[in-house]
Amino acid sequence: MDMDAVLLSRLQFALTVSFHIIFPSITIGLATAIALWEGLWLKTRDPLYLQLAKFWIKPFAITFGMGVVSGVVLSYEFGTNFSVLSEKGGAILGPLMSYEVLTAFFLEAGFLGIMLFGWQRVSEKLHFFATCVVAFGTWLSAFWIIAANSWMHTPAGYALVDGRFEAVDWLAVIFNPSMPYRLSHMLIASLITASLLIAGVSAWYLRRERHIDFARRGLSMALWALLLLVPLQMLVGDAHGLNVKQHQPIKVAAMEGIWAESERHAPLLLFAWPDMAAETNHFEIGIPGLASMILTHRRDGEIQGLTSVAAEDRPYVPVVFFSFRVMVGLGLLMLLLAAWGLYLRRHQRVYQHRGFLTFATLMIPAGVVATLAGWYVTEVGRQPWVVQGFVRTVDAASPIAAEKVLFSLTLFALIYGVLLVVYGYFMRKLIQQGPDEAMLVTATQPQREL
Amino acid sequence: MELALFFYFLLGFAVLMYVILDGFDLGLGILYPWFETSEERDTVMRSIAHVWDGNETWLIFAGVTLFAAFPLAYAQLLSHLYIPIMLMLFGLIFRGVSFEYRHRAERSKPWWDRAFFVGSALAAFSQGMILGALVQGAKVNGEGFELVWLTPFTLLVGLSVVAGYALLGSTYLIIKTRLPLAQQAARLGKVLLLIVLGALVMVSLLMVFANEPVFARWFNTYHLIWLAPLPILSAILAWKLYQNLDNIQSLPRPQQPFWLAVGLFISAFAGLVISLYPYLIPFQLTLWQAQAPHSALAFVLPGVLIFLPLVLGYTLWGYKIFAGKLEHDTY
Repeated sequence: MDMDAVLLSRLQFALTVSFHIIFPSITIGLATAIALWEGLWLKTRDPLYLQLAKFWIKPFAITFGMGVVSGVVLSYEFGTNFSVLSEKGGAILGPLMSYEVLTAFFLEAGFLGIMLFGWQRVSEKLHFFATCVVAFGTWLSAFWIIAANSWMHTPAGYALVDGRFEAVDWLAVIFNPSMPYRLSHMLIASLITASLLIAGVSAWYLRRERHIDFARRGLSMALWALLLLVPLQMLVGDAHGLNVKQHQPIKVAAMEGIWAESERHAPLLLFAWPDMAAETNHFEIGIPGLASMILTHRRDGEIQGLTSVAAEDRPYVPVVFFSFRVMVGLGLLMLLLAAWGLYLRRHQRVYQHRGFLTFATLMIPAGVVATLAGWYVTEVGRQPWVVQGFVRTVDAASPIAAEKVLFSLTLFALIYGVLLVVYGYFMRKLIQQGPDEAMLVTATQPQREL
Repeated sequence: MELALFFYFLLGFAVLMYVILDGFDLGLGILYPWFETSEERDTVMRSIAHVWDGNETWLIFAGVTLFAAFPLAYAQLLSHLYIPIMLMLFGLIFRGVSFEYRHRAERSKPWWDRAFFVGSALAAFSQGMILGALVQGAKVNGEGFELVWLTPFTLLVGLSVVAGYALLGSTYLIIKTRLPLAQQAARLGKVLLLIVLGALVMVSLLMVFANEPVFARWFNTYHLIWLAPLPILSAILAWKLYQNLDNIQSLPRPQQPFWLAVGLFISAFAGLVISLYPYLIPFQLTLWQAQAPHSALAFVLPGVLIFLPLVLGYTLWGYKIFAGKLEHDTY
């Protein structure tokens, strides 16, 4: 096997998994919101809730479809491109993915048809049940795949037999040390991503004075959700960071750009240019002691640095360093959005303030971008390991010819590029069409006795 | 020991479910060019829009069952069959997205029609080539073995699978649609049945006579006696199906041709399993050699026993909710 094939396989996996994660990070939150609206409609009979559910099911459907087609690829790509990892880790990763399919994928697929096409075929309550099942399925799917992913970061409950991993304690495998943190962080990220989408689209309608009642209700609910979720996400993120420091200290060193073997009074770098060859940063701007404070809760707390391990055991620092700053920066903007929303709400201007509405619309992609950036932090930060401490990524790839991978990578890049544009086009089209106002009129008119 | 055998049959079940369920909806994609008006195409796509996702899930299930229970086979099979697997995945991508975009499109509708046809046909053809490469058996070389996926034989198997799926699709359409369209489906079905039978005979003979182990299995006198009913059963099913398709207006139930076609698929699949058992990569890697450690199999087993019956239950329920001919309603 030559190095090129390995590099191309890594690029292909990065591309296909990045493309895929866009869609579930929207659908997990969106399915939850739709289930909530359907439930509220059944409870209050307020037609606005039904209008919200029925409108948002359409973007949900195309997003879910994109998630399915890009997800199938991943379930085969472990074998096609990372056969050595599949041989070594298959007895751990395979069973977790089997449970994902058995408990989540079939469930989602089985009830999705009713959710999308069943309004006329089943009772309202049964339809609500189907929507809840789909939403539950998306959460369950995240549970299993994050368990598998986290196990590769913090392996637990295993034995190594003839160079292959075997589970000795499945509970320890599933609830491995980083799993609860990564799962909470990802699920909240998905709820935030969907909230930003709902808030941004509603704000766009309000700015154009279309679908006013519908947009007000959507914006209001999404802003409350953000007000709750964004601070919560910061707390969870902080706890996740401490967990990473404990189990993958070099990843934290890359996130913070700490080169010394260990550093006390480590500054929080707002900007720097990490130089891997010189093992230092250029153009540092930082807040003294703050990184130590955040990570150890003491100003003189000690943080392990990059040079405490050999150069070949370090990740590619700039990607980790900058992705982390993109994620945190967007998180702060989300906090600003939620806080500004609260302020305007108190002054009765939240539905009229044009600057705020524009800001909310511009923030639509922030959830997806922050989620991607967060995954780059955690995944690039794990390198050079694919199973932390045991299997290096370069040793995990399939022994296949580079031309084959180049062929598939080129096609993936082309097809996914086109599909992303198409997805954006149809999302825009659905949003421009807007909710069905006729439905609202018939639903609110008093029923005449015959 | 016994657990590995259980998972071997579970894998077989998953593949068979996939082939039947996604078979009929890939088949309708393959037949798309033979339905010419936009209304007909709407109906054809509508007949499967609510089930394709669930059907495709069986492919993922088969993949992860192989991964969990036979990781060695998963790793070697997939990396050795890299190109046809990628082609299959590309095909499935095109097919899948056209469900979401075609009915929302206006100007780009012809493109989604093409994507639906090409994607379905490519996925089916690649699956056939993968099957062909397996049936041919691995070629041993200096460092290990290789699976040759591009030969006249794999092309033949690829075409057979395309025709077979299209046959399933045409019989499914007879269940879901009314006369002019159902009649068109039956007409196509008859032609396809003849192609499928021809291909089945050719592939079977080539498989049996080109592979010594397979030949030995079928033509050992003892085996010949209890295996003989299988080809005979296939012939009876095919004959019944042809009669059905020839006169669909006098069918007792519109489902009958579909179930006969499914029967034909099951018997062909059984013949395949009989020929290749216990190999996962013929004649290189057996299920015993590839099996995962006991802890993995024992962990997945209760999940299968609890959840698979549930999956089958609610899948069937879903089909019941949308049962009957397609009318011009909104779904």
